[in-house]
Amino acid sequence: MKRYSVFAIAREAFRQHAGWERAWASPLPRDRYQVVIVGAGGHGLATAYYLGKNFGITNVAVLDKGWLGGGNTGRNTTIIRSNYLQDPSAAIYEKSRALYETLSQDLNYNIMFSPRGVMMLAQTEHEVRGYLRTERANALQGVETRFISPREVKKLVPIIRLEGPRYPVLGALWQPRGGTARHDAVAWGYARACSAMGMDIIQNCAVTGIEAVGGQVTAVNTTQGTIGCDKLGIVVAGHSGALADMAGFRLPVESVALQALVSEPIKPCMDVVVMANTVHGYMSQSDKGEMVIGGGADQYNNYTQRGSWHHIEETVRALVETFPMLSRLKMLRQWGGIVDMTGDRSPIISKTPLDGCFINCGWGTGGFKAIPGSGWAMAELMAKGHAPLAEAFSLTRFREGRFIDESVAAGVAH
Amino acid sequence: MLILTCPCCGVTAEETEFHGGGEAHLKRFGPGATDAEYEGYMFNRKNPRGVHFERWRHAYGCGKWFIAARCTVTLEVFATYPAQTTEPPPEVVERIKARRPEWEGWA
Repeated sequence: MKRYSVFAIAREAFRQHAGWERAWASPLPRDRYQVVIVGAGGHGLATAYYLGKNFGITNVAVLDKGWLGGGNTGRNTTIIRSNYLQDPSAAIYEKSRALYETLSQDLNYNIMFSPRGVMMLAQTEHEVRGYLRTERANALQGVETRFISPREVKKLVPIIRLEGPRYPVLGALWQPRGGTARHDAVAWGYARACSAMGMDIIQNCAVTGIEAVGGQVTAVNTTQGTIGCDKLGIVVAGHSGALADMAGFRLPVESVALQALVSEPIKPCMDVVVMANTVHGYMSQSDKGEMVIGGGADQYNNYTQRGSWHHIEETVRALVETFPMLSRLKMLRQWGGIVDMTGDRSPIISKTPLDGCFINCGWGTGGFKAIPGSGWAMAELMAKGHAPLAEAFSLTRFREGRFIDESVAAGVAH
Repeated sequence: MLILTCPCCGVTAEETEFHGGGEAHLKRFGPGATDAEYEGYMFNRKNPRGVHFERWRHAYGCGKWFIAARCTVTLEVFATYPAQTTEPPPEVVERIKARRPEWEGWA
């Protein structure tokens, strides 16, 4: 693999850009791999990458039923933050945020990480108390956050209306080192790095069954034939239930559609990420100038990757109250992704009842921010059988009542 | 936007008039059950890609609970029926089988 650099750009400029290589290879699957990862989204590719980088395991295939990064990795609102309440969450999300800071250099691929700051508005007394508590928890966890006054909010976000009639802004939890990144580039960067280490990324290869002998996984059946493996990682977000069914166990997960939308591009007007959890909407401005807007998830199980009209209405109504200038904007496009929700709104990174089979799911509505940390922990779990960052997120926590309850801590947008 | 018919009061309305209540026909386990049974009842769900039985409440109408049989892929609603039952009525099962011959049954 040729490195990307300013010299490469200069060299290619002199030869009509004819020398750029394909970023990753598209091989046919071999008969057997040491590790097979199902799901070539951010989490799956990051798992493969850290298996290679941290543990020297490169006999790896990453399978995807569609194209890589075509699921939730390409459908999120690209927000990166780590201001969680519970210790295990703060640990893995902060690890993830820290890895994002140097990810472009690590991967030699510009993921356009922009630590522009993430602001979570407090619009009720309850929320003020909640965020003050989070701020103090974060101080103990080594996560830099600060509770700021409405005046500071207005200074950072001039377009905001502080004195909303129903929900005035009473302050905000501010994480200056949070921000956004280019979501596709995260998947592409990991894919390129994995391919360079000799791993096979096999697209358009849907898994149709999982084979086991004596309670130990031996192979996966796919639309491109049977592929043997010593270890299997299931990293398929919304479709985890279907894969778990093939492996013979059930998950405490339900799949629902979460949607987002973007406006027409406008001149720069907001250079931080704003989340308003009480009124249910969050927004940032992309480098293209579009306002990127996210809101609530559907209340019922579904796999439609569409989302409901009335959620758009609710989200936009809430944001227009908070940002009156938005009322003149036209919305450009809308899309949905299938998110896997657990009861405590925390992920699962765990061994499973099937030996050699590991699962990484349940990131719900907030998986993008966790990609590097999730891959880091999942790789360690698959390579060594245990991982400090993943320990608290095991499947057994439900049976044992050790919930990591972020559903109360994080409100709804998560 | 889902459109559901409440079998209790007969009103057909948009989903915003209802409140979803998750998977239906769960077998309850309480004191005396094993840990695995209780975990299964409390947390583990079928979460199928296809035919799903789920509880709904007509929150902004008659207030009654009912059960809907629905496809999670196409959002087609096969039937709704009152919640005073532990399994789908035979005619509902028949109707789903007619629409989804590949469906493996509700259990």
